[in-house]
Amino acid sequence: MMAATYGYFPGCSLKGTGVAYEESLLTLFRLLDISLDELKDWNCCGATSYMSIDEVSAFGLSARNLGIAHEAGHRELVTPCSACYLVLRKTQDYAAKYPQIAKSMEASSAASLDSVTVRHPMELLYNDVGKERIKSKVVRKWKGGPVACYYGCQLVRPFAEADRAHDPTRMDELLKAVGVPTVEWALKTKCCGGSLTGTIHDVGVRLNYILLKEAARKGAKAIVTICPLCQYNLDAYQSEIRKETGEAFDMPVLYFTQILGWALGGDAKSLGLGRAISGCGSIKEWFPKHAQEVEAHV
Amino acid sequence: MKKLKAFWLSSEMRRKMKFQREADPQWAQQVAERPGCEELFSCLQCGTCSGTCPLSIYMDFGPRRIISLVREGFREEALRSETIWLCASCYSCAVHCPRQIHITDVMYSLKREAIQQKLYPKRFPIPVLAQEFYKMVRRYGRSSEFWLVFRMALRTNPFQLLTMAGTGWQLMRTGRLRLGQDRIEKVKELQSQMAGREVR
Repeated sequence: MMAATYGYFPGCSLKGTGVAYEESLLTLFRLLDISLDELKDWNCCGATSYMSIDEVSAFGLSARNLGIAHEAGHRELVTPCSACYLVLRKTQDYAAKYPQIAKSMEASSAASLDSVTVRHPMELLYNDVGKERIKSKVVRKWKGGPVACYYGCQLVRPFAEADRAHDPTRMDELLKAVGVPTVEWALKTKCCGGSLTGTIHDVGVRLNYILLKEAARKGAKAIVTICPLCQYNLDAYQSEIRKETGEAFDMPVLYFTQILGWALGGDAKSLGLGRAISGCGSIKEWFPKHAQEVEAHV
Repeated sequence: MKKLKAFWLSSEMRRKMKFQREADPQWAQQVAERPGCEELFSCLQCGTCSGTCPLSIYMDFGPRRIISLVREGFREEALRSETIWLCASCYSCAVHCPRQIHITDVMYSLKREAIQQKLYPKRFPIPVLAQEFYKMVRRYGRSSEFWLVFRMALRTNPFQLLTMAGTGWQLMRTGRLRLGQDRIEKVKELQSQMAGREVR
């Protein structure tokens, strides 16, 4: 498979708080000769909140995005945000199961619903590129400690096509392929609370405290995520947690694309490594800004 | 009867149980016909959902009791609860349920009805955020985190903006905060499509 092209639906977070995810994803895919073609004038997926107000028009939002992908001639649409991934899959699933929902979509978009397969980068790298090919392209040795892979909720549930719902392992396998040790931990799919840190703040922060504490207890030196909201929640409130509990985690919270991209020779800036809020000391140490050497590695 | 009650019960004393005649079994049937809620009546009340839910310890009922309330037709109790809004839609209950009940979809369905009937707890930030998100996406086609949080704070407790300033600064410093409202080009097209699809 050479120079494959996929449709690309970034979602709102990747243009805001999750900008480092987009930067590292594009860098990694460039290093792997995969091109991503961003959908023209895509709209918000609706996430979890829109569905709480109106169901039918929530599916309409996704139908429009799938329609744009279809018109651009894409058979496969990559979306890195877990919420976007879930909402797009759910729209397809519900339109297939419930005629009343399919009927509410316009005829043109209904036809395009099934023709586009929604993909997540983690599963795409695992299935289409493969661990062996990624391993063969590694140019840098990992200098950091063991990491805890955190899959969160939306990607692995309820469709479970990106990985197993109860015990996902594909991110662990990808990271191990580039020489990054990972720890086993039971909370890898426990919810980070999503937008709760913005609404019922104390409850949201506590969920993240539990995740950070367990990861640290298992010996992880960093948490690796696949979702912009998980990354934000775990990253942004560590100083607040320190004030509340007296426990300083100072734990870097990275995207899996940042680590893979680094191993494959991307530089710190193009991987958005300077955008972290917590654990900046470790990040500077593990990913030196002027990586003079792209060392040949066994 | 009512007068008699007022005579010898202080206003503090309230009956905590419902009588059967106050429940609405018809409503339970209607809920079970909605997409995703079909398996409602096959619930075993095993409690796996509440056990696996990361937020059940903060809820007024928890998912198991919500299912039970809905099945018996206790409409207002279910719709006025904070439980349905605390559900972060992580789908943990749905994948663990031995009867494969789509509990998350039941919660969504109840949230929508609570909004329509204006039964949601007022000034509770989660339904306020959902409404602001909905309005923003309909108006601009995209959501902007900064303005979303700002509007929600204004409608619930403006003082929390002060406590959020620190996080805002951290995001600004690292180039992760967009201050402009993101919008799509063909917002009119989106709005007309949405209007056509509006069912309720």
